Amino acid sequence: MEPDIHKFPYYPGCTLKTTARNFEVSALACAKKLGIELVELPRWNCCGTVFSLTDDDLIHHVAAVRNLIRVQEMNRDGMVEENRLVTLCSMCFNTLKRVNLLVKENPENLEKINNFMYLEDDYEGNVEVIHFLELLRELDPGAISQRVERPLTGLRVAPYYGCLMLRPREVGIDDPEDPTIQGAILAAVGAEVIYNSYMKVCCGSYQTVNDKSAVARLVYDILSHAQADGAQAIVTSCPLCAYNLDSRQKEVREIYPDFEQIPVFYFTQLMAVAFGFGADLCGFDPNQLVPEHLLK
Amino acid sequence: MANRLMISTGNEEFLERISEMSGQIITLCEQCGVCSGSCPMVSEMDITPSQMMRMVQLGQSEVLRAKTIWLCASCFTCTVRCPRGLDLSKVAEALRQVILRQAVDHIDIKALPRDELVELPQIALVAGMRKFTG
Repeated sequence: MEPDIHKFPYYPGCTLKTTARNFEVSALACAKKLGIELVELPRWNCCGTVFSLTDDDLIHHVAAVRNLIRVQEMNRDGMVEENRLVTLCSMCFNTLKRVNLLVKENPENLEKINNFMYLEDDYEGNVEVIHFLELLRELDPGAISQRVERPLTGLRVAPYYGCLMLRPREVGIDDPEDPTIQGAILAAVGAEVIYNSYMKVCCGSYQTVNDKSAVARLVYDILSHAQADGAQAIVTSCPLCAYNLDSRQKEVREIYPDFEQIPVFYFTQLMAVAFGFGADLCGFDPNQLVPEHLLK
Repeated sequence: MANRLMISTGNEEFLERISEMSGQIITLCEQCGVCSGSCPMVSEMDITPSQMMRMVQLGQSEVLRAKTIWLCASCFTCTVRCPRGLDLSKVAEALRQVILRQAVDHIDIKALPRDELVELPQIALVAGMRKFTG
């Protein structure tokens, strides 16, 4: 039986439309299967990518607030009846949520930003920014496992959380030291979940632009510990983590010649496999290392 | 007799400026070292995060020459662990901003290899530019 559809405003961000297309495609399909329709914000703009950390830098929060105004407009125009804005990219999630909290807690800052964008409606502070994983956690127990057609039995997967969905504490969606939110989903689709303490260690993030070898050393620590614990694949929800953990394996091998490659997926790709979706919706890259188990 | 560290007037100004930009009461740091023990980048750094905090407390603006302030990837591990509730990522950002606001960039985007530019996800490039350029 197909579930009733609930519509949520959805913010994709730049990377989900380009290098992480497979994340968006697989996530939208999985959401639909679970009765969630992610309705893209009209005229969305860059979230700012990183939350500006100095106290005297309001201008860098403007972009995020403009996206929150779009959510108000969607509700006003009847496109959705839902104030919770869903994100997939961990960086967008973190930036939008932090800016939202900042302006809600500082009416004076919000007023300044509203005045600056005088051609837009005022942001009223009624939007809540959430991550898609939080929506999945809210579903009835069994909602995911009931829809599994091809359980990932025997596949040992290490969930990798990275930083921005866990920290800082006021925006984190799970225990910053002992997260389980992705592992629960992997377990629901039948995979064997490999927990290890490196799942929350930074991958090096944007340092990848400037210092590939420092990133490669971090990536090696993260991947080799997961491998030592028996993982056959890694999943994540951040396109930058995914890039560092996957593409920087080339640099890892240059430093550690004995390192063996390990595939990296978005959690939604493995959900898509388990839901029995075709290759187009699972979004495997033709050049990507995919365990045979998943291709059967 | 207790040893006393003296902070001259100029040094105090630097501490005040970084405290104001970061919104952190930097003098609360008691040098326990949890940040340095937690930092995933510490092995790449020239001074540890706790040393960075100490230098700011003492108003030593030489901290602006440390590699450390650029290697902080804003991962917020120290932020969630600091027993004094300090956000070191905000202090590192304030230190970077002191330099970047003088229109001195830390990276030269034009020097990035073309194949890297094609391959890097947008969020890496935009974040890199936000953190390393003014």
